[in-house]
Amino acid sequence: MGRLDARPRHTRVVEPVSEVVMRAQDVHKRFGKLEVLKGVSLEVTKGETVCIIGPSGSGKTTFLRCINHLEKIDAGRIEVNGRLIGYRERNGKLVEDSERNIARQRRHIGMVFQRFNLFPHKTALENVSEGPVHVLGIPKEDAIDKARVLLSRVGLGDKLDSYPGKLSGGQQQRVAIARALAMEPSLILFDEATSALDPEAIGDVLFVMGELAHEGMTMIVVTHEMGFAREAADRVVMMDDGLIIEEGTPEHFFVEPRHHRTKLFLSKIL
Amino acid sequence: MHALVAIDWHVIWLRIFHPNGVFARALWATVYISVVAQFAGVLLGLLAALARMSGFAPFRWASAVYVWVFRGTPVLVQIFYIYFAFSWPTLHFGFWTVTDAAVAATVALSINEGAYMREIIRAGIDAIDRGQMEAAKSIGMTYGQAMRRIILPQAARVIVPPLGNEFNNMMKTTSLAYTIGVYELFADAEQGYSRTFVADYFLAAAFWYLVLTTLWTLVQARLERRLAVSERGDELSFRERLYLAWNPWAAWMRGPATRGWWSR
Repeated sequence: MGRLDARPRHTRVVEPVSEVVMRAQDVHKRFGKLEVLKGVSLEVTKGETVCIIGPSGSGKTTFLRCINHLEKIDAGRIEVNGRLIGYRERNGKLVEDSERNIARQRRHIGMVFQRFNLFPHKTALENVSEGPVHVLGIPKEDAIDKARVLLSRVGLGDKLDSYPGKLSGGQQQRVAIARALAMEPSLILFDEATSALDPEAIGDVLFVMGELAHEGMTMIVVTHEMGFAREAADRVVMMDDGLIIEEGTPEHFFVEPRHHRTKLFLSKIL
Repeated sequence: MHALVAIDWHVIWLRIFHPNGVFARALWATVYISVVAQFAGVLLGLLAALARMSGFAPFRWASAVYVWVFRGTPVLVQIFYIYFAFSWPTLHFGFWTVTDAAVAATVALSINEGAYMREIIRAGIDAIDRGQMEAAKSIGMTYGQAMRRIILPQAARVIVPPLGNEFNNMMKTTSLAYTIGVYELFADAEQGYSRTFVADYFLAAAFWYLVLTTLWTLVQARLERRLAVSERGDELSFRERLYLAWNPWAAWMRGPATRGWWSR
């Protein structure tokens, strides 16, 4: 596998119309007395890769989990593909949606977790085809064929029948990416996807993520990998203490950040 | 000491090698009561476990009361109450008749078993990482789908070893059904004894209980092996398990990791 920065950025396929895939407006979230999100607003357009950075405890992961309603929100609204996530409007108020509807919406939102969360009782191939067969109802043979293609794409064509327990961390995370891709989502959320990996595996996983970004997948990436943010992101968002404090292109971000807390954070991490 | 020296081998021989039709029916009663009661107990336990984890408070309370009552009172009391408080039908399946007492005993043992199974099943589900549910939801599964396809198959591996113990217990506990007049293995032995005052009828009954529990041990080993599919390669084979189960010294020599789930 090559290095990420070997790929020139200007070859990216640019969508002609900017179409909003995810829109978050003034999202608030509290765990008991602790307010984790204090009014987060963000728009992500089709084909865009947005990296969310910030110190731990700043609410990045919580915000990401709100986008596919793994966490309920206390105020504000989140839309994906123009549809409200997790809630329904009734008489101008938001009420939580039915479980079935929430599950239906999650089909369009892939998620890759820090700790992979592969299904240990299923092979790599079964992990990837599980969703298409049992959620989308695609015929098993077709789903298996597709899963095979996806696994080869992430460089695991020779591990189809391996159980997750027999795979390294980097391999497991690539299976997890293939599992998310198999649902053909319109948006993929990456929750610190490389934090639990060793340096070599990080490179492999970031390479796959870079390819996806390059091919025009819409991605929201919570990461501590500044190299990836610099190379693959269209936009970088800095969160601190439950708020987005700065937002801009990677060029802006890594060359001349405005906010002093961004400067402080980057000076610590770079 | 007298009884030890004077085993009536004739009785034992007859009971083991020449079981008559009456005895066969008694043995069958023990088998079907324990199988049906265990099966129903697992289903009840699963329902109660899901109710316990439910977001709907009355379900949680019902589950708690159920376990509180049925674990807190003697099985024998439950069997008597359930038999005498309700009227139970006698079931006929061709030449096989299930008496009302056998139905009542099966129901009582099922409900009692469910209370114990709830804790076992809940512990099994709790042992599965929360990330599994989240991953299942993230590919669009509903709670029910995630439970059925992702959580329970994994929990089964944690549940089967204690479930095996429960079933082993169940086969022996069915002897309590004798007290409400079910003609099962123990009742048959008791009949033999009261006819002849030869205590060895009980010894023969013990032999048959041992046969049942031993057979179950073998089935369980096979079941556990099938469920350990994701770890295939470092699991013991069925034959190795049998060998180790019957040869404690060999098991000891092979070290703690291979001695079986009870020592892990």
